[in-house]
Amino acid sequence: MSSQTRRKERIDRGIKVRSEGLYALMSWREMAYLILPRFMLIAGLLCLPFLMPGMYWQRVISIVCIYAIVAISFDFLAHYVGLVCLGGAFFIGTGGYIAGIFNAYFGMPPVLTIPLAAIAGGAFCTLLLLPCLPLRGVYFAIVTLMYPLFMARIIEAFDIFGGTDGILGIDSFPSAFVEQYFVVGILLVFVFGLRRLVTTDMGLIFTAVMDNDQAVRASGINITYYKAMAVFIASAMGCLAGACLTHIYMWSGISQFALDFSILPIAATVIGGAGTLVGPVIGCLILVPVSELLRDFGTLRIVFYATILVAFILFRSDGIMAFAKRKYEQIERWTQI
Amino acid sequence: MNTNQDQPILRMENVSKVFGGVTALREVNLDVFQGDVLGIIGPNGSGKTTIVNSITGFISLTSGRIYFKGKNITGKKPHKIADMGVTRTFQIMRPYYSLPAYKNLVIPLFSPRAKRTGGWRGGGRLGDRKTIAIDILEEIGFERDSYIPFKTTSTLPTGYLKRLELARCLALQPEVIICDEIFSGLSMSEIASMVPLIERIQDDGITIVMIEHRLRELFQVANRVMVLNFGEKLVEGTPDEVMANEQVKEAYFGSEKIEEVMTYA
Amino acid sequence: MEILVYGTINSVSLALMGLGFAMVYGISRVPNFAHGALYIICGFVTWTILQKLGLPYVVAIFLSLAVNGILGILMYRFILIRVRGMNISEIISSYAIGLAILEGLRYGGFRGMTYTLPVFMEGMVFIGGVPVDYHRIIMVIVGILLVGGLWLFTHYTRLGLALQGMAQDERAALMLGIDSDFMAMLAMGFGAVLAGVAATMILPLGNIVVESGYHVLIMSIAVCIVGGLGSWIGAFFAAFIIGFAQILTVVFIGSHFQMVVALLAIILTLILKPSGLFGQQKELEDRV
Repeated sequence: MSSQTRRKERIDRGIKVRSEGLYALMSWREMAYLILPRFMLIAGLLCLPFLMPGMYWQRVISIVCIYAIVAISFDFLAHYVGLVCLGGAFFIGTGGYIAGIFNAYFGMPPVLTIPLAAIAGGAFCTLLLLPCLPLRGVYFAIVTLMYPLFMARIIEAFDIFGGTDGILGIDSFPSAFVEQYFVVGILLVFVFGLRRLVTTDMGLIFTAVMDNDQAVRASGINITYYKAMAVFIASAMGCLAGACLTHIYMWSGISQFALDFSILPIAATVIGGAGTLVGPVIGCLILVPVSELLRDFGTLRIVFYATILVAFILFRSDGIMAFAKRKYEQIERWTQI
Repeated sequence: MNTNQDQPILRMENVSKVFGGVTALREVNLDVFQGDVLGIIGPNGSGKTTIVNSITGFISLTSGRIYFKGKNITGKKPHKIADMGVTRTFQIMRPYYSLPAYKNLVIPLFSPRAKRTGGWRGGGRLGDRKTIAIDILEEIGFERDSYIPFKTTSTLPTGYLKRLELARCLALQPEVIICDEIFSGLSMSEIASMVPLIERIQDDGITIVMIEHRLRELFQVANRVMVLNFGEKLVEGTPDEVMANEQVKEAYFGSEKIEEVMTYA
Repeated sequence: MEILVYGTINSVSLALMGLGFAMVYGISRVPNFAHGALYIICGFVTWTILQKLGLPYVVAIFLSLAVNGILGILMYRFILIRVRGMNISEIISSYAIGLAILEGLRYGGFRGMTYTLPVFMEGMVFIGGVPVDYHRIIMVIVGILLVGGLWLFTHYTRLGLALQGMAQDERAALMLGIDSDFMAMLAMGFGAVLAGVAATMILPLGNIVVESGYHVLIMSIAVCIVGGLGSWIGAFFAAFIIGFAQILTVVFIGSHFQMVVALLAIILTLILKPSGLFGQQKELEDRV
């Protein structure tokens, strides 16, 4: 590689204007060009339950969606609000337990418990995380990593809610069909809802808080309020996922606070592409089935995805999604120097 | 030039601040009147930025009180103080690096104060915040038809970032702007184009407190100057009075002749 | 008296766990979430050398410490160096390494009751009517010697001073001709060795189980946060606070709550005084 005589040139396709997120569409062809990837994602996810052979793999689809919801909530908090929350399990567990308590002890049907778990769980998590909101970077990450462990130990120590056995005898979804379409639908709503949210003026404030919280305060905006709101959105999503999980397994227990629920969504986000909100979904679609395939190898699968995670952080830190987006939106060609 | 002598818009009473063992401010008294352009000068480490931080609530005072329009604002949260109309720029610029320049202004336009007052010249009531943001940027010197307002802030040069800091204050429709070294790091021509901007802001009836090292330009726009030295107020008066003061020459300029300093500052 | 004796022992063992983490973070600002894994791996290496190769115990310990140090250095040299300065990537990647090591060991069959290290010295002595075995006394002595030695090392040797300089201001240290990457690598090696020392001191008291890797990680983070991230003197004192608090809870409330105390300590410290008892970083960050 002494003297290169040519270099790779990257040119944006014609429809991008000035700034990120603005497009000038001149024809249906260009319109289709924008819509196609979004359509593929929606259609693909909706078709998945039909394509899967057998009950087992259909169940895997539900699990993928649940992990994906937690992963996009992590992505939203980390890359649009700047709060790196390593405690996805905290949200899952809280939501799961709330749904379990209301279903098993008060006899409410899943139709009621799931939204209730999302809102009450979101409020509960936000309240507990409120004192930590002034923390930044490593500190916030560490303290949120501790929360699920803390909750698990509390439940174990006080022996409440079934103690180490968990809450048993929780209603399941009416049918496998309802279960899958419910979680897939929720996932799609969240993905596109969050993508819309981060481009609104309020979403801009979240980004501004991430970039520079002092300047936001100097603009007369209460940053704690906006951080709390973002945490509420994310934790409500996590709790909803947890509630679905509880109803799918008909059980809620301490293992819902396990590290698995914290680490896998993060791995999926890193692999899929951080800060894209769609990337985590793609990451989950890859990671969860692979980890199911490796179930026979026991804990080796954790080794496997930890290794993938490290490899992606080192060599492809922008993830699959950023790579795909570049390929799709730009023309690459070699030019002579 | 002080048209409204009866009540100062901003008043500091015996303000002291101690960092660990270091006294950054000692018993500073200061009155700023409506329509003033007050310059605060002083050697490095004399407590200038501490004054900005204490007025805007970014640090808590050791003792003393600060009043805005007769209301005690000591110990209030920064966003409350900004909400009342006292805004500031940062010495080390703090733009939102991942956003394009015009979206930087959407944040102040979204604040409760801007929603209440309509933001910059009441324009926030009229329409889309992003459109108004571009209007403000044009006013402050970003060419509308160029790519510059749409560029990500991290790629902009210092001159534009300093203007952006000022624009972010203006977007709030403030009553007082405290500029922390807004000329530093700019070229001569950039500063020359900033001076009329400051004068235009002053014509809008906005009170300005400027903390500066560039004395020549400061003395062009300021009608009163305060000199700080080691956290203590040395002199306060019109630019001419301050320049003539022997104490100031000793403390700030050393033994050099003041005209020479003015030339090279 | 019982509380005093066992409190001290518990505190010293916590301090041993936390020192390595504190040292690495203090010098290179890398939160080494693989700390627990390094701790466990040292135990298993010692066991393997002792049982499979049949070398004497002392040789086994020093060999495994060396292995651990090299492992730490390699981890820094090939992985962490690439993500240096990106807080979150540091946490995620070091945690993933730790996870891979621990779960790999579990897969490799290192579980159950069969893995124990012999104590250094059999027998026990009564201190104020409380029976204490010799090994625990050795542990306390080693712990205190280690802290003393570290203090002397960082204050009176060239290398120690260089490390301290880097801890305070990395760029300034760079300008003074201190190779910051090399120093961070050394710090990581030291941290790994310290984790190993903790392992060889504490593990003979029980079984070597993979789960305790997570436990050690949590405890060392707890100690470091309460003491102030990056201040290993702080970590030492915090270990005593948490250690005694834990023993008091075990005596008066119940052993279930032992872990709750540590986690509560972290959360309370972060909320009330995020810089910890001896840290100064928050103050620096807060300046506008």
